[in-house]
Amino acid sequence: MARSVKKGPYLDPKLVSKIEALNNTRSKKVIKTWARRCTIPPEFVGHTVAVHNGNKFIPVFITENMVGHKLGEFSPTRTYRGHSGRKER
Amino acid sequence: MARIAGVDLPKEKRIEAALTYIFGIGFYRSRKILEKAGVSPDIRVKALADADVAKIRSVLDSDYKVEGSLRAEVTMNIKRLMDVGCYRGLRHRRGLPVNGQRTRTNARTRKGRKKTVAGKRKK
Repeated sequence: MARSVKKGPYLDPKLVSKIEALNNTRSKKVIKTWARRCTIPPEFVGHTVAVHNGNKFIPVFITENMVGHKLGEFSPTRTYRGHSGRKER
Repeated sequence: MARIAGVDLPKEKRIEAALTYIFGIGFYRSRKILEKAGVSPDIRVKALADADVAKIRSVLDSDYKVEGSLRAEVTMNIKRLMDVGCYRGLRHRRGLPVNGQRTRTNARTRKGRKKTVAGKRKK
């Protein structure tokens, strides 16, 4: 179910203010965040955000195409390297 | 005879059903198109006047994305998801279901035919 348009996209206020501060000073710094549910607004483009995946922070460089996705989509929470003893086809 | 958007329409069918043979057009859209073109949905394709075919064609060209260009758009969308490296893109890459379905069982459409894995039985 999509979110109501009236409310607009969900943005983590704290994260947005941090990015804004970076934009104002024209500096680039990696910001750690747990706000996986935060939508990526256009202002984030060009920044690197370290998104927590429950274990560690995955650095995500945000490009134009990522706008509208959530931060969590770029920081996988599960590791799966295949079953044991299964050979390559 | 009646060739619309690069697809041959079946001659014996009613035009509303025949239009659904075009990729990107289902029954609903088919009705909408005919309404806009002013063509009765009851006519069989073989009985369709050339003028009607032209009208349908012009409505299709102006309002809808079908066949090749639609297919291209879909693959572009999927490619974008894969390039951007998001979860849905990863699922596409691995050929697993994208919308959160279970994969313990089923999911055969995406995963293809069963590949039996040794030692999967209970003791």
